[in-house]
Amino acid sequence: MTYTPHKPPLAESPEQLRARIPGWGVDLDPKDRPSVPKLQFQEDFTGAHWEFPERQPERYPRERSPEHGMLTPVFGTAQPPSGVSGAIRRYAYRYSEGRTAHWLLLVLGDRVDAWEHHLKSLLTLHPDNPVTETGVKAEFTHHGLRSRVGQHRTDLKHQVLDPVIVGGPWIAAAGAAYAGARRVSRSLARAGSDGHRPVH
Amino acid sequence: MRAMVYRGPYKVRTEEKERPAIEHPNDAIVRVTLAAICGSDLHLYHGMMPDTRIGHTFGHEIIGVVDEVGSSVQNLQVGDRVMIPFNIFCGTCWYCARGLYSNCHNVNPNATAVGGIYGYSHTTGGYDGGQAEYVRVPFADVGPSRIPDWMADEDAVLLTDATATGYFGAQLGDIVQGDVVVVFGAGPVGLVAAKSAWLMGAGRVIVIDHLDHRLEKARSFAHAETYNFTEYGDIVLEMKKTTDWLGADVAIDCVGAEADGNFLQHVTSSKLKLQGGSPVALNWAIDSVRKGATISVMGAYGPLFSAVKFGDAMNKGLTIHTNQAPVKRQWPRLFEHVRNGYLKPSELVTHRIPLEHIAEGYHIFSAKLDGCIKPLVVPSAA
Ligand SMILES: NC(=O)c1ccc[n+]([C@@H]2O[C@H](COP(=O)([O-])OP(=O)(O)OC[C@H]3O[C@@H](n4cnc5c(N)ncnc54)[C@H](O)[C@@H]3O)[C@@H](O)[C@H]2O)c1
Ligand SMILES: [Zn+2]
Ligand SMILES: [Zn+2]
Repeated sequence: MTYTPHKPPLAESPEQLRARIPGWGVDLDPKDRPSVPKLQFQEDFTGAHWEFPERQPERYPRERSPEHGMLTPVFGTAQPPSGVSGAIRRYAYRYSEGRTAHWLLLVLGDRVDAWEHHLKSLLTLHPDNPVTETGVKAEFTHHGLRSRVGQHRTDLKHQVLDPVIVGGPWIAAAGAAYAGARRVSRSLARAGSDGHRPVH
Repeated sequence: MRAMVYRGPYKVRTEEKERPAIEHPNDAIVRVTLAAICGSDLHLYHGMMPDTRIGHTFGHEIIGVVDEVGSSVQNLQVGDRVMIPFNIFCGTCWYCARGLYSNCHNVNPNATAVGGIYGYSHTTGGYDGGQAEYVRVPFADVGPSRIPDWMADEDAVLLTDATATGYFGAQLGDIVQGDVVVVFGAGPVGLVAAKSAWLMGAGRVIVIDHLDHRLEKARSFAHAETYNFTEYGDIVLEMKKTTDWLGADVAIDCVGAEADGNFLQHVTSSKLKLQGGSPVALNWAIDSVRKGATISVMGAYGPLFSAVKFGDAMNKGLTIHTNQAPVKRQWPRLFEHVRNGYLKPSELVTHRIPLEHIAEGYHIFSAKLDGCIKPLVVPSAA
């Protein structure tokens, strides 16, 4: 045991384990483990027939980490930066990955991006719908209640925060829009009634 | 084509999107026949991964049929049935040449700390993923493999990430015969890691989670002992008690950034995004192992800092091994294990979600409803 040189005994012998568990010990020899050792030169370059690949054309100024010596020869072209979030993101890429500013700016860009798109979607035939897009319907079709009650789950404590996180900003935005509209209509009403305002 | 798209934290939908095009001579376009949702996708879904853009299509576990190839593609033909590793990699950079496919330096301009991954935000290269009808596959001569005739589709799609990652995770534990191995997290990755620990000769395998249905799977699929950490006041202490006060020889973190078990850690990372990830499971791993032990970290964490108990790791003389799994490097040996029946990846599949119902699919997996362990995504045309 721990306070002596001996390793605590195991409940099962190798023979018992081999009998109980299909494949027990087949990779006992590290030589049979494909990722041991970590670095192994791949003579066939895994099918590549180049030493440096051809370069993918850069069709817009592709943002990149300043820790790269050049634009990588291949890159994703999904969702090029655009709008205010795009400007924030481009700015973020001035900082290396070692700088907290880089990541915090990207996180900010993500939040701005979401709002830009939510607002834009309201002008389309396919506006964002926080109810269908959160998939909460599954609560009714896939045993939302039964999956939770009587279990030992600890994630329920913070799952209650999810609707607040998802719905909160929408409710706040609706509230702000309502307050804004009220202010506008009030001041319009005031402007409209100006002529009749009694002079005290 | 139809594709899953991200609309902001906790919000996704299926919409019409332009079919991807060949952008490089070694690209292929693959028509997706089966995809999956990974625990890693939840980090994107919850808005935790910086530079996850609205409109992004997730999905990095993909099988399909080659639909189009670029001018320099030699190893694949239109019509081939292929499985695609979640890593995008070039084959010849310093890292790929040494087998570190997940660390490829030629595919991700946005960051040097992580390689290229399909559908995994711009921080991993800005590639749209495979929860869609079609996907662009860069370096088609390097990444994908033809699916062997004997292999079932559901096994193949699970070999593109979860199975390869769990197997890789056990390898990084440097297990020797008779080791006591404790696996944190009974998701698909943890379940495979636990089974793989036996293949490497472990003497005892313990799996820890708080979801009873997953722990049940750990007993049947991975032949493991299980602990529901909510039943114990202090799971670290419990691990000491059950190992005669020594601690485990090896721990494998298969939980990552959204670990539960400490409200403050979880909320500051998952909800408030103030740290790169909640290191609850990693900290439990650090404290549960014996001194001089090895910890393998498969759980993914964001690029911001996390409150890790590094002092304990240092004072205990721990060896910490980490990485995204270089999937293709695992395949030849893993294929043998699947063929011999030592690993049965398809047994992890609990849900088959039509692409059109993607929002419900994400909610079920994220909220762990309905006994969900591994949801597959079935594109409309497949
Ligand atoms: N390194 C890689 O290449 C790679 C590849 C795939 C996935 N991953 C990562 O591996 C992790 C697991 O992936 P998955 O698909 O199995 O995810 P998953 O979400 O299905 O599983 C995670 C499990 O951890 C459990 N859990 C939460 N807090 C815990 C705690 N404190 N202790 C023990 N268990 C806890 C959850 O209940 C859940 O069952 C994720 O972080 C994912 O991002 C890494
Ligand atoms: Zn994954
Ligand atoms: Zn490379």
